[in-house]
Amino acid sequence: MASASASAGYRVCPVTGLKVFLPTERLIQAVAVSAVVALLIGGIAALFVVLNRWLGPDVVAPSRFYMWIALHGWNMLVFWIVLFEVALLYFASSVLLSTRLVWPRLAWVSLGLMVVGVALTDVAVVRTPQNYLSFQPYVPLQGTPDFYLGPILFTVGSLSALAVFFATIYTAQKEKVVGRSLPLVVYGAAVAAIIAVATLVVGAMAFIPAFLWSLGLVGSVDAFWWKLTYWGFGHPAQQINLAAMITVWYFLAYITVGGVTPSEKVSRLAFVCYLVAINLGSAHHLQTEASGALSVPWKWINTGYLVHLAVLGSMIHAFAVPAAIEIGQRLRGHGQGWFRWLIKAPWGNPAFSSLVLSIALFGFLGGTSGVIYGTEQPNLLWHNTLAVVGHFKGTVVLGTTLAFMGVTWYVLPLIFRRQVVGRPLAVVQPWLFGVGMALLAVAFMKLGVADGVPRKQGDIFLFGGSAFAFPYPAHVWAWMAVAGIGGLLGVLGGAIFVGLVVGTVLMGKRLSEAELKGGYGLPGAVPAPVGGAVHSLPVPKGTLVLTIIFWLFFLAMYLRAFAQLSSTWPLGH
Amino acid sequence: MVTAPERVWWRVPVSRAEMVWIVLAFLLVMVFFSLWMALWHGIGRQNATGAAYKVAPQTYREEVFAFARQWKVGEENGIPVVAPPPGSHVYLLAQRFSWYPILKLKAGETYHLHMASTDVLHGFSLSPHQWAIQLYPGYEWVMSFTPDKPGTYHIICNDFCGLGHQTMLGKIIVEG
Ligand SMILES: [Cu+2]
Ligand SMILES: [Cu+2]
Repeated sequence: MASASASAGYRVCPVTGLKVFLPTERLIQAVAVSAVVALLIGGIAALFVVLNRWLGPDVVAPSRFYMWIALHGWNMLVFWIVLFEVALLYFASSVLLSTRLVWPRLAWVSLGLMVVGVALTDVAVVRTPQNYLSFQPYVPLQGTPDFYLGPILFTVGSLSALAVFFATIYTAQKEKVVGRSLPLVVYGAAVAAIIAVATLVVGAMAFIPAFLWSLGLVGSVDAFWWKLTYWGFGHPAQQINLAAMITVWYFLAYITVGGVTPSEKVSRLAFVCYLVAINLGSAHHLQTEASGALSVPWKWINTGYLVHLAVLGSMIHAFAVPAAIEIGQRLRGHGQGWFRWLIKAPWGNPAFSSLVLSIALFGFLGGTSGVIYGTEQPNLLWHNTLAVVGHFKGTVVLGTTLAFMGVTWYVLPLIFRRQVVGRPLAVVQPWLFGVGMALLAVAFMKLGVADGVPRKQGDIFLFGGSAFAFPYPAHVWAWMAVAGIGGLLGVLGGAIFVGLVVGTVLMGKRLSEAELKGGYGLPGAVPAPVGGAVHSLPVPKGTLVLTIIFWLFFLAMYLRAFAQLSSTWPLGH
Repeated sequence: MVTAPERVWWRVPVSRAEMVWIVLAFLLVMVFFSLWMALWHGIGRQNATGAAYKVAPQTYREEVFAFARQWKVGEENGIPVVAPPPGSHVYLLAQRFSWYPILKLKAGETYHLHMASTDVLHGFSLSPHQWAIQLYPGYEWVMSFTPDKPGTYHIICNDFCGLGHQTMLGKIIVEG
């Protein structure tokens, strides 16, 4: 039953009042389902990676480990996240602006290209050991041509999706569907999309020569130059994930508790920080290279001031998003004391618990560790150890993936219009996934920084029977068990997520307009509108206390890293 | 946030609480973190400072072999054990899937370490953990270092270099 106000090709969402363009809705469904398939493949691979690290080569052989970790990296870090981001871009441009998606046919072609790219890469990896190059296929190790062609097709597909996104916003503004100022969430998505264009162009610059080289059409590619340009793609790719995650944070703060950012101006400015110097983050992947190759001032400017400007942006969001939650709660009658707004929050809503876990774990584990190990000297301790893995479990898994999982609990009733099956499981899912992956992240950071346990290693038990093999001390195995248990909990949490999404899409009860209007089938109660005009927002004093605790933790961890480094052999003095 | 801002958003003043946070965050990351990186070059003793040269793999291999012949004192698993004098230039070659040679050094003495790969990327790292250095084919790093604690240190390749990567171990012996 379409509302009377809806024009042809649209329906009006009974919950949000947004005009949903039906072709957009179908596209979002298809892209989101593809994303979850990639998550499933990556999750199966994760299980074997964890078992090899924890239980050793008898359970998963080293060569198999390299295959699984390559599959895991590509499907999780690239395919799952980017596909989900494409769904977000269609949602932010067409649904949030209540406008039509321009070029829907191009959008379908783009999805086709991306799916072919995923298939090509995955098949290439499974087919031959030459392609066990993981997410860092450093030249001159050479994959087969299809291994490079897969990501190239995926990239072209993603670029087409970005074109649809920008054209949709441009058309909406030209046709005066929206004014000059975009909503903050759309603005954040647009920032992620701009970073994505730059990233993907650099990605093509890295992968196309490698593809030609694998075909024998170019003689050789310089190894050092490749690593620099490769990270010119790999680093900003993480800035996209960051910007998309923060965008989802603002969206979830709004939809779960009626959050309001303390300052539109400051939040927008923080997004602009991400745009500045996005590519220069590439430099912090080359911190252990001798200063004769990359000078100290070059490293200092690029990985110090310029990258820290983006960090400042994140610090601002680290206050603004919790403050938005606090303000939303205080406006709705939970205004007493310092932390009543947090205690009285909708903890039974899996989207809300995902949001809070994502903010806290990204901040304390992912964000702080990234700044510390991206710093020139502590990087000497972290480089290529399990600590790096611990760091990015804190960012792209506990941060981005958890936030994306959280918003999915709204996508299912609002876009698929189906009631989520297994509601009690959905409530525990964020905790299982969050706590499990946090255990793994902490254990990996410990194993990497204190013991230097390498990350891309298929056998830390016997070293493949090398004559120089040695045993790690007992505490390494204790921490590895923590990581193993955490990893299994994480895989379980991921499996529950995939199971519930697939179950809902295939068998969830269809929700009628009336049911949705009454809030039935939504993960939590719809926040009541605030009566009367709000002239001044309540002070987020609880958030200020929490962020000051975070500030002190950050400083302490930073100084601790230098203390640890200072006990190692003097180098380069 | 989800709808377009109603008020002229750039004219709305920033609240005191958020201003406090922005100043704190600025001081931490833009002032302290950024300055400290440069400061550590003066007060710290661990920096990736060192020379870099372009070198043909064959040339580097010959340099390392000459060095190993000159100071060889023994052999272990087919790899020479080499004991160069304190303060000298010492060489390490990374290739699939071994480290060449085994270095025997004096604790507390400073050496000038040359490192390069002759095939693909490798990662130099030690257990007990000290620091890790990325190595490339065609590039030679020279970094001075002081192994200040005696013991047996295992070199572990920590960047994927092929299917035998997990077997790529070496050794540095530091005598008291
Ligand atoms: Cu980076
Ligand atoms: Cu290796």
